[in-house]
Amino acid sequence: MIARLLIRPAFAWLRQPGLHAAVPILILLAIGFIGPLVLVAIFSFMPPRSFTLDGAPTIENYQTVVEQSFYLSLLRSFAFAAGTVVVLALVCYPVALGLAKLFGRYAGLLTLILVLPLFVSENVRLFGWVLFLLKGGGVLAGAAKAVFGLELADMLYSNTATLMGLCYVYLPFMLFPMVLGLSMVQRDVVEAASDLGASRWQIMREIELPLAMPGLVIGGLLTFVLSLGALTESKVLGGSKVIMIAADIESAFTFGQNWPLGSALSMLLLVLAGGLVLLVLRKLDLDAILKRR
Amino acid sequence: MTADQTEDAAPPILRLAGVTKTFGPIRAVDAVDLDIRDGEFFTIVGPSGSGKTTLLRMLAGLEKPSAGDILLRGERVNEVPANRRPTAMVFQSLALFQHKTVGQNIEFALKMRGIAQATRRARAHDLMTMLRLPHDYYSRPVTRISGGERQRVALARALASDPAILFFDEPLSAIDYRLRKQLEVELKDLHRETGKTFVYITHSLEEAMVMSDRIGIMRQGRLIQIGTPDEIYTRPLNKFVSEFMGEVNVLEVEQGGDGALHAREVARALKGPKLPDGATRGHLVIRPEALRFLGSGETADNVLEGELYNEYALGSRVQYHVKIGARMFVVERLREQRAAAAPGTTVTVGWNAADSIIVPD
Repeated sequence: MIARLLIRPAFAWLRQPGLHAAVPILILLAIGFIGPLVLVAIFSFMPPRSFTLDGAPTIENYQTVVEQSFYLSLLRSFAFAAGTVVVLALVCYPVALGLAKLFGRYAGLLTLILVLPLFVSENVRLFGWVLFLLKGGGVLAGAAKAVFGLELADMLYSNTATLMGLCYVYLPFMLFPMVLGLSMVQRDVVEAASDLGASRWQIMREIELPLAMPGLVIGGLLTFVLSLGALTESKVLGGSKVIMIAADIESAFTFGQNWPLGSALSMLLLVLAGGLVLLVLRKLDLDAILKRR
Repeated sequence: MTADQTEDAAPPILRLAGVTKTFGPIRAVDAVDLDIRDGEFFTIVGPSGSGKTTLLRMLAGLEKPSAGDILLRGERVNEVPANRRPTAMVFQSLALFQHKTVGQNIEFALKMRGIAQATRRARAHDLMTMLRLPHDYYSRPVTRISGGERQRVALARALASDPAILFFDEPLSAIDYRLRKQLEVELKDLHRETGKTFVYITHSLEEAMVMSDRIGIMRQGRLIQIGTPDEIYTRPLNKFVSEFMGEVNVLEVEQGGDGALHAREVARALKGPKLPDGATRGHLVIRPEALRFLGSGETADNVLEGELYNEYALGSRVQYHVKIGARMFVVERLREQRAAAAPGTTVTVGWNAADSIIVPD
């Protein structure tokens, strides 16, 4: 009797019907999601250029990352991701404020215009930018020359072009969570702040930003994580000048035929990005912020 | 209302001259003239859609008048935005800052003015004492206090910057009856304690009567009557105002050649005040408490027989519905004077001509 009482709480969760119902999706997640990650994790400790999982574990791949300055592209990726978040936050905030509070019935139309490009493949859109920015024959340079007689400096294949590409592609991921966040700010709360003497800037700092924070954080995290793993933008608009971590990983797996090195780079990216996201989410406690409303 | 303005020697703290607000073709507020005296509790009463909220928002600076002028202590403030007016508003939703503590809410106006933390804190504690908020609430999130306490925080927040005028946009409308009654009294006491000018908006004339020094009745964007609660009660300008007070008996009457009043629903000629010169029609208003049940031998100027339809206990008073002809009359008596008759029996109801009034449409 006593033994049963002691054993019961420990295994009670095994008998929960919710758990039984979740078994199929748990199996699917284990095979399709956790499995590959575990494989990558194990591969990152295999000898370089091996294609099996039975080699002697080694940290050689991680040493290579440091010695052959792969960490530079990792840093570059983080810098680009951070830059994208900053630029998008500044660009999207006024637009989001307009969409959430000011544009009224035109908000729907503007949303449609902003979403429409998403129906076109990202690659196609980026090559469109190549045509636009191309030196000499590009739309921008050509127009500047023909209309104003200006010779524009080369803009394609640069950090600026890459950053612009990242901002262009990930704009909706920042904008729409931001719109949601800002629409949670009640009009009368803003009016109350104004009535109590707050200037426009004070209202933004004291009322809008804190109350819209869940949306801002979600938007920021989405764009950060997405641009951290971005590949096409740097390849198409950055050319050979801008090598991001995703490009390194890709070439390690393909040209380099060095799966363990690619795995090590992937693991580093995963751990760093995941750690950052967890840190931010813990600090901001999204659940608590959302429940308060 | 023009009489009011000339009687008072002190200049009004707030003067409205032809204040109008149009939204497209709609005149939400239509040429309102009004003087609000320094230190008075002025209430604007009107049904929803009467433009009272729009009017208040213009006074607070949240809305700009389409025409007319708003003068604050003699200075035109039409274009002055809310954050630069020495006034504060208590919102219908209270509009507390949910992400801040009680203390941060109360101190907000002071913080915006760059006042030092220690001074702010002292002021917040003074206000919390005045509004009977426990001091350990200071660092509590506003989400974790009760509805009545939230009202007090909203009040303290509005009072913090020592505004010249306090505006109230129906802050008690979403509160249950008991608490509302209590807060009405507290608000009136607060008005007395602070000596500030309160401008209050409500759709309940009853609420306005309890608290106000003067009341303005608003209808379709216009202030149709301004007066003390007593004046509004005893001399309503028209049928709308008289019915707004609550349940009253209103009969459409015509004056015959003999001076008697004839109502379509009542067979007998009625005695009542004279209609204004030149008018042949009007509304006879008889308050429920002016009606009484007549026993044998008792008499009144007007005596009617009808069926006691039902009775409703209101605590200290009892309300009766009495069917006279095709018309249901509302009678209200104190509990001690309740009718002896049971529903379904025939009763005699009477009132004196002096207890009724005649109002135009």
